[in-house]
Amino acid sequence: MKNNQSWIDQRFPLSKVWNEHLAEYYTPRNFNFWYFFGGLAVLMLGMQLITGIFLTMYYKPDAANAFASVEYIMRDIEWGWLIRYLHSTGASAFFVIIYLHMFRALLYGSYKGPREFLWILGMLLYVLLAAEAFFGYVLPWGQMSFWGAQVIISLFGSVPLIGPDLLVWILGDYAVGDATLNRFFSLHVIVLPLLLVVLVFLHLVALHHVGSNNPDGIEIKENKDKDGIPKDGIPFHPYFTIKDSMVVVGFIWILCAVIFYAPALNGYFLEHANFVEANPLKTPEHIAPVWYLTPFYSVLRAIPPMFGSQFPGVLAMFAAILIFFALPWLDRSPVKSIRYRSPIYKWALGIFVVSFVMLGWLGLKPVTPTYALLGRIATALYFAYFILMPWYTSIGKTKEVPTRVTE
Amino acid sequence: MKNLKSLALVISLVPLSFSVFAAGGKVHLDHADTDIMDRASLQNGAKLFMNYCSGCHAISFMRYNRIGADLGLSDELITENLMFAGSKPGETMVTAMPEGAASKWFGGVPPDLSLVARSKGTDWIYTYLRSFYNDEARIFGVNNKVLVNASMPDVLWSLREAQSEAEFDNSVRDITNFLDYVGEPAKLIRLQLGKWVLLFLGVLFVLTYMLKKEYWKDVKYGVWRRRD
Repeated sequence: MKNNQSWIDQRFPLSKVWNEHLAEYYTPRNFNFWYFFGGLAVLMLGMQLITGIFLTMYYKPDAANAFASVEYIMRDIEWGWLIRYLHSTGASAFFVIIYLHMFRALLYGSYKGPREFLWILGMLLYVLLAAEAFFGYVLPWGQMSFWGAQVIISLFGSVPLIGPDLLVWILGDYAVGDATLNRFFSLHVIVLPLLLVVLVFLHLVALHHVGSNNPDGIEIKENKDKDGIPKDGIPFHPYFTIKDSMVVVGFIWILCAVIFYAPALNGYFLEHANFVEANPLKTPEHIAPVWYLTPFYSVLRAIPPMFGSQFPGVLAMFAAILIFFALPWLDRSPVKSIRYRSPIYKWALGIFVVSFVMLGWLGLKPVTPTYALLGRIATALYFAYFILMPWYTSIGKTKEVPTRVTE
Repeated sequence: MKNLKSLALVISLVPLSFSVFAAGGKVHLDHADTDIMDRASLQNGAKLFMNYCSGCHAISFMRYNRIGADLGLSDELITENLMFAGSKPGETMVTAMPEGAASKWFGGVPPDLSLVARSKGTDWIYTYLRSFYNDEARIFGVNNKVLVNASMPDVLWSLREAQSEAEFDNSVRDITNFLDYVGEPAKLIRLQLGKWVLLFLGVLFVLTYMLKKEYWKDVKYGVWRRRD
């Protein structure tokens, strides 16, 4: 065994990588609940890749056969229903995890220096994941697949000057159809998964270079013992590998409870209208994206058309996502963690969370005058969190940050 | 070309399509209260469906022998009692009615009901089938409260006349239950399997929790460092 190991180590840095990233990678010992989700996101990526491979074996990317092929998987393929539900319910679970993972960064200021680049890589991952989910939702070729794609892609038609040509270029046709389905399949199973895997790798490289933040927002590397080991750090392996195993089992328990007892979650994870095959001549009564994209859909709807164009709304929708990238530079607070932030920041974060959830809920609803007004208020509050951040993070009394972690 | 034009129109009307919402008012739906684990109900539902519905409606994602396997019916029983349109138990359940004739008779092909329970819900089916009323203005002399101006005739009328109200409700409930099963045959497996999966994972969670607790004693007492 020892010989084998040294044989490999002479040719490949196996022990070195093992030590640097697991056995001697020092992680803050005060990680709490909010630090479960990075590992779970990796688990979900793996699960989506593996279930996706099996689905691709039976799915037919063809407008005439796609819908039936999904039902074929659900009915005639051994355990096909389980693989499909793991993938479709898994997509929603993935977003639950990612949103909690991102919220953790807001809670403990994980985007602040020296982790700005880590944050940017994470945001790129989020944007790619949203695109991946959107393309994936088109594939079953149900009514929501078709009309959701129709609504979202036609937004690109509102771009001034090049809009109509851009639209045809994206669709590969003058309308959503077989050509569109084929290219979305290609993007969903090859392009985006590859980019996601590469970016996750880079995200982890960046993380291991700067080290993890923690609930106290303290740099544990600033307090090392005589051996150069952070005093508040513990090796990732075995402590966090064991702890994360427990978290993984707990999470799979919840995931399975949903998959076995409510896989469509009453239309939130698989919309009712998507069990009707796509029909270009019949618009569904109510078109709504899946829940994880509805906050941005609400922003889009909140902005009224200007100069006869929907483009301002489209810009606002993309701005709502892109503004996250600027977070490290908008935050002027001297402290990272919510534990030591000023009361005004706690209010701002609270209002932001309420506005985000509100936007998500409204995005599932049809537009009524009351909902339209609520949507605009929530949109204003959403952007206020970012735009006013340089101001409210530089005022207000912060608490003194301890030099060592508190738990 | 006409398709293309209407699609181009849709694209140009994007701002409008955001607010697309049905004008149709909400109809109160009765709770179907079906139980997919009730095999007798499913068998009765299958029988009623084949007798009253399958003449016009296909359930083309479903196979005869899958119903047999799931509801405990042999191939012979299926062939004799359920298979009116097909010739082999492994075939999917299409309807014998030719499409052209269907359009002529009903103004459109009656929808495939494979997934109706998933798109409309069991409460909708249960209420719809019990909501026909006489309306001489309609071609078949009946209209429906749930689906206004439905082009479907009141095919269950003879059953309603032969049964008491409670019996008829039960018959409709069985048809609804059967359609729920047809919408997702795997539901039978997942509901049965689910509790064992959760039990296994629950036990595994307790074990991993105990393992974690044991390991983290090192952290608690500050002795995690390798002693080599």
